[in-house]
Amino acid sequence: MNTKKKNNKAWFLVLPVVLVVAFTAIIPLMTVANYSVQDILSPDNRIFVGLEFFRQIATDPAIVAAFQRNLVFSTQILAIEIPLGIMIAKLMPRRGWKAAAALVIVAIPLIIPWNVVGTTWRVFARPDVGLLGVTMNQFRPFDIGNTPADAWFTMVLMDVWHWTPLVALLVYAGLRAIPDAYYQAASIDGASAVSVFRFVELPKLRRVLMIALLLRFMDSFMIYAEPYILTGGGPGTATEVMSILLAVIAVIQFDLGKAAAFSLIYFLIIQIFSFIFFTILTLDERPGATKRAEKKALAAQASAGKADAAPKTGVTNE
Amino acid sequence: MSDTIAPVARAGAKGTYFDWKSWLFWLIMAIWSIPLLWLMSMSVRYNEDILTVFEIIPSRISFRGYIEFFSEPQWYGALINSLTYTTMNMVLSVAVALPAAYAFSRFTFSGDKHLFFWLLTNRMAPAAVFLLPFFQMYQALGLFDTTYAVALAHMLFNVPLAVWILEGFMSGVPRQLDEMAEIDGYSFPRFFLTVFVPMIRAGIGVTAFFAFMFSWVELLIAKTLTGPQAMPLAVQMSTTSTAAGLDWALLSAAGVIAIIPGVIVIWFVRNYIAKGFALGRV
Repeated sequence: MNTKKKNNKAWFLVLPVVLVVAFTAIIPLMTVANYSVQDILSPDNRIFVGLEFFRQIATDPAIVAAFQRNLVFSTQILAIEIPLGIMIAKLMPRRGWKAAAALVIVAIPLIIPWNVVGTTWRVFARPDVGLLGVTMNQFRPFDIGNTPADAWFTMVLMDVWHWTPLVALLVYAGLRAIPDAYYQAASIDGASAVSVFRFVELPKLRRVLMIALLLRFMDSFMIYAEPYILTGGGPGTATEVMSILLAVIAVIQFDLGKAAAFSLIYFLIIQIFSFIFFTILTLDERPGATKRAEKKALAAQASAGKADAAPKTGVTNE
Repeated sequence: MSDTIAPVARAGAKGTYFDWKSWLFWLIMAIWSIPLLWLMSMSVRYNEDILTVFEIIPSRISFRGYIEFFSEPQWYGALINSLTYTTMNMVLSVAVALPAAYAFSRFTFSGDKHLFFWLLTNRMAPAAVFLLPFFQMYQALGLFDTTYAVALAHMLFNVPLAVWILEGFMSGVPRQLDEMAEIDGYSFPRFFLTVFVPMIRAGIGVTAFFAFMFSWVELLIAKTLTGPQAMPLAVQMSTTSTAAGLDWALLSAAGVIAIIPGVIVIWFVRNYIAKGFALGRV
């Protein structure tokens, strides 16, 4: 059960995916790499510039500042969205029409096109005619057009509103997959709500939480349309994230080489961070970690109230 | 130890206590709906009111945005374009991801871990990276300004996601099942399609929803790969600026309409989502 079969024929099953993704990714990526090392003055006049563009990007103070803003933004929204998403998922009704209605309501922000999200919030946050702006104005002067902190606050709030549902949906799906027997066992042994969460639910949710965390990290790091429409990066450079700068270089200045170099650095940064998350979160799945994981699980089950009395996760075939 | 009763036991006893969880949930949902209600209210207001008058309940109402949407071909045409490539993308992504996810969940093979992470990296590329090369490539292929181009290009981020989510579901199905089917004389395709796929339909439902969602809301790539022929709804929306500024009402009406297909998709997959991930490797 725990060892997978070694079978190189499995490559045939993976082949369609590899072909499709290679077609959509590798060829364009090579083009980008090609652009990034030469200055294209006209179709037949190109100068090889080596890593010059990369040097320019890495030392550009505007880009470095935007990178820091991206980091702060991603950290903040992850710190809010993951716990809030878990909380909402735990509160969601589990049965009947209420569960169906809850699912639809929770998922709605996800299916609104991104430019509509930006547009809605742009009016919503206006201090004169928007509900959020007017409400905030009751407490203290609020102006996303002129106060950097207000613009940032609105950007974070918009993202929390827009994307917490993704975390909630994934976690809800994960929670629903935990067999009732685990809960029954825990309740017989008088486990508290906190220890049920810590020792029964959290270990089972690890996988979905990894997906939620990584997805939210990647997407928040690449965020473009919503802040661009909301504030255009302003006031000043207060909400200018990397993707907005990239769009300026690529589309407005049409500086292909520099944009390509920027893209590659951008891509690489996201990969490095994701790789770190991915490695940390899958640590326990490695062969050497099995023993450690088993010990931990035993200890966990003991304190969760002998959840080992519960049957193993079976086939969910109904 | 503690003398408190576990929450599940309490939740099981109906009607004997104040259901604060349910109240809290619907309270949160009420707050969550505010921006959405704001969007709906914008869609039935007059353009000149939207930016000048603050009112929670509109004092005068106009359905001009909706009427314009359904009377002008470029608007409802854009809706049809979006539905076409989103559906194509959803079906294709799930179809190619199914066997691959099976391979990742059942076998080890040379380079599997690297391949898996490489697939994921394609979900990490800022869309702006691919705009120009995509434009050149699809133009060279003669696919520019077709719904096929967008459907294909969106597979870039949806296929890795589909493989990732499906693999999680498949790992929850015990491997003995595969062996038993083999002993019973099932051929692999027959086993896969008639036994295995129905078993993970919850996963397929969730995956399909995510594929639909990410393709439906994507803007930059769709904008780059289409012209007037295949223009998607999200792009059509960014063309509403006139001399007098944005047509807020029309844009909001289009936004409200854009939610409907998504709601239908969620409605269809709701039971699957509620059934959840069969989290494997326990």
